[in-house]
Amino acid sequence: MSAVGARPTAARFENAAGAGHLQAEAERVAEYAIDGAAPKFVVRPENAEQTEEIVRIALEEKLGVVACGGRTATGLGMPPASYGVALDMTRVTGIASYDPGDLTVSVNAGMPLAELERVLAEKRQFLPLAVPFFEKATVGGAIAAGLDSPLRQFYGTPRDYMIGAEFVDGTGQRAKSGGRVVKNVTGYDFHKLLNGSLGTLAVITRLNFRTYPVAESRKGFVASFKDETSGLRFTRAVSGSVLTPIVMELLSPECAGLLFEKYAPFASLWPGKQEWTVCTGFEGSEEVCKRYQRELARQARDAAAENAVVLHDEQFAALLELLREAPVTMRDAARQAVVMRFTTLKSQMGDLIRAVRSFAGSSWMKTAALARSGSVLYAVLQPKEGDETALKQVEYFWKSAGSLRGKLEFQGSILFCPTEWKRTLNVWEHVEIDEEMERKVKKAFDPSGIFARGRFAGGM
Amino acid sequence: MNRGVIAELERIAGTRNVLARAEDLVLYEYDGSVEKARPEVVVFPTSTAEVAAIVKLAIKHDVAIVGRGAGTGLSGGALARGGGIMIAFGRMNRILEIDYENRRAVVQPGVVNFDLTRAVEHAGFYFAPDPSSQKSCTIGGNVSENSGGPHTLAYGVTSSHVTGLELVLPNGDVRRVGGRLSDAAGYDLCGLLVGSEGTLALVTEIVAKLSKKPEAIKTLLAIFETVDDATETVAELTARAITPAACEMMDGWTLCAIEDYVHAGFPRDCGAVLLIEIEGIAEAVAGQAAAIDEVCRLHHARDVRTAKDDKERELLWKGRKTAFGALGRLAPSNYVLDAVIPRSKLPQALRRVVEMGRECGLQVGNIFHAGDGNLHPLVLFDPRKPEEFREAVRVSEEIVRYCVSIGGVLTGEHGVGMEKAELMTLMFSEADFALMRRVHGEFNPTGLLNPGKVFPMGKGCGETRVRTSPMHAVAPA
Repeated sequence: MSAVGARPTAARFENAAGAGHLQAEAERVAEYAIDGAAPKFVVRPENAEQTEEIVRIALEEKLGVVACGGRTATGLGMPPASYGVALDMTRVTGIASYDPGDLTVSVNAGMPLAELERVLAEKRQFLPLAVPFFEKATVGGAIAAGLDSPLRQFYGTPRDYMIGAEFVDGTGQRAKSGGRVVKNVTGYDFHKLLNGSLGTLAVITRLNFRTYPVAESRKGFVASFKDETSGLRFTRAVSGSVLTPIVMELLSPECAGLLFEKYAPFASLWPGKQEWTVCTGFEGSEEVCKRYQRELARQARDAAAENAVVLHDEQFAALLELLREAPVTMRDAARQAVVMRFTTLKSQMGDLIRAVRSFAGSSWMKTAALARSGSVLYAVLQPKEGDETALKQVEYFWKSAGSLRGKLEFQGSILFCPTEWKRTLNVWEHVEIDEEMERKVKKAFDPSGIFARGRFAGGM
Repeated sequence: MNRGVIAELERIAGTRNVLARAEDLVLYEYDGSVEKARPEVVVFPTSTAEVAAIVKLAIKHDVAIVGRGAGTGLSGGALARGGGIMIAFGRMNRILEIDYENRRAVVQPGVVNFDLTRAVEHAGFYFAPDPSSQKSCTIGGNVSENSGGPHTLAYGVTSSHVTGLELVLPNGDVRRVGGRLSDAAGYDLCGLLVGSEGTLALVTEIVAKLSKKPEAIKTLLAIFETVDDATETVAELTARAITPAACEMMDGWTLCAIEDYVHAGFPRDCGAVLLIEIEGIAEAVAGQAAAIDEVCRLHHARDVRTAKDDKERELLWKGRKTAFGALGRLAPSNYVLDAVIPRSKLPQALRRVVEMGRECGLQVGNIFHAGDGNLHPLVLFDPRKPEEFREAVRVSEEIVRYCVSIGGVLTGEHGVGMEKAELMTLMFSEADFALMRRVHGEFNPTGLLNPGKVFPMGKGCGETRVRTSPMHAVAPA
């Protein structure tokens, strides 16, 4: 597009963000396209004050705003109804405050996760936010995207370790919630709402977390089983025991193939194409780790494991990376891959896995599945290359999943699929929300609907 | 209160479930705080449908509503500041479902916190939030205030242990947010509503997480000659990233009061003790105990004792959890504060709190959740002496202001309620309040629910509608 007609607006944005931090040229804004649609402007503020000013200008100019960081997860959700401004937050970066003695950190939203990890590692601390696209993602983007970490098995989700946030709301005001202490019930917990909201409520400018000490040792135990029932029996036995592992993932044979085949050191962990693999992680002193090894080996035997191996620290770190990036690996498994995320009850995970595989099988689509912490299931559909009926097959699958309602308690959404398929598929179809209640929140945070409208569940 | 409203309440909930006589209502004008406000009628519903009907009645007659659990709160959150109808949930006290496989329990709001643990402990589970009042406070109250307790150091406050809620909205509609699944679908409304202090909705059902009992528990009692040594120990434990399940501090004066009351086995001749609990698998507990022992002795601990059995452990915890009751015997009234500071600043903060107590001339005890920096100075006073009450409130406010000034917050587990509403301006800007008001306005547009809480009356109360009532009374004269 030509930026000529929009020059006064462009000048306002440039004035707010500083020279050189506004882009309106077609080839530059195209880099920020979401689901094929490019914004009119890309603005790169340096701090929260500039962010606030830019949101105010966008409000006055009636331009929809989508905030972004590493732009790794902008394809999540439905396409935004209005995308006038890409608010690139990568200049709002750096640690705002970090006192290792308090085990808390306050970090600006645009700071890359990998950079934060390095800063914390210097003090032998970490944040359990091991999410996909880790090397490129920013802290603010990771929270807005709400993607999973394999470490949730022990450390929970950001709901458990995010202790405060600063943000610009939809009226163009800087606001905050929480604080920088580990225990705080002062005021409404707005930061919990921001987690996974896909930028539809506010532009996150700063986040506060509690941090955790790096354990003396962190190891893994990988066991394979003849079917998902045996694998799940093992995970249930471990969960029911006195052990508290930090990672617990069940991989279908196809998923194990996707993850391990490409990574030579793990090829030996994938002995056959028919086996299900359970990856368990644990940490602590050498004595603690030895106890885990003994107990896990015994429980694996009891669950009729075909094979089992203990991973030392470096091997486990590599495995954790593979598991962390699993949804991305699934997406890259086929040109038209569809990656879905389900949540269900531990008691119903087996039924959900079997249903997903059965639906995929009846459409002759390859699939792979990863069950995380017993309650989250990632599954990918891999339609055949060049198959003209691929969308119809996926659509049939996605409708079929609805037939599980009433039999299973679950929520399901599509994380990744070909952009053009979103005209047919509602990625939020199996997410049941109370739209009236959600709309109250959206209206309070973003009365004009300026932030990524239409992207979130319920058209929010 | 209009006699017709009372008659309608009796029709909804039954005559035996409505109190309207002045001598009955006086019992409900208190909670655990120093605040005071009397409802005009108290009703005890036994079902969600009754709660919804009561809300619709309140709308019809334009009367305020406040929810109440056991009334053990310490911030005035469950007091009828706007008069009107108090909905007491004590008779909605059934555990509806226990699902061990998925580690969930569905309970009504009036279930007593510890009763849930008692119901599941035979199967190796418990409900993690453990306020000192856990044997009397309700889970509905815990949800409303986002309550904590000693063991929230390791396991988090109530919001980390609730996945779903059934609600009655201020328009009388019954809704559900969240459920048994671990993750919220859509916006995390459950995360917003837990800790909203009854200002957005009334909670009529709770899906609570059940936690697995650890294999081993070790309780250590570290005895110090000075408060400084104890606080330096806590700061160093945190700096070394040693996180026990609980780390409580009690000063020497408090310990004597506890010993007089329950004979828990605390020393009478020391400056302070730390009551530290470690949980996990046996190997982890042994390792942590050794590390903690080392840090305590480095900071001149006179002795580090380990509870030799469950009986001794329970006695030590009984001493800790009845401490406020023990101190209550020493003066006609007391004011329990709740503020949080960054843990690295614990030594300097405690020194300042002790100094402020000395300056004001009132006895101030310190018994608190040291591990997460959650201070609970307790000021003794005689409410019959107005100057003592005023001084107690003044020094309390000064302590809270000081905590916020060093990077802390107003409340770690008791909530804002009436007590700290005016102090909210210490932490929040006009823009913060504007957003809070918009959220409040969306959920509770007419201000029907729990008026006069959380928001400062002097700031924005025009928009956050605060009802008044002829019955309204605040604080001892």
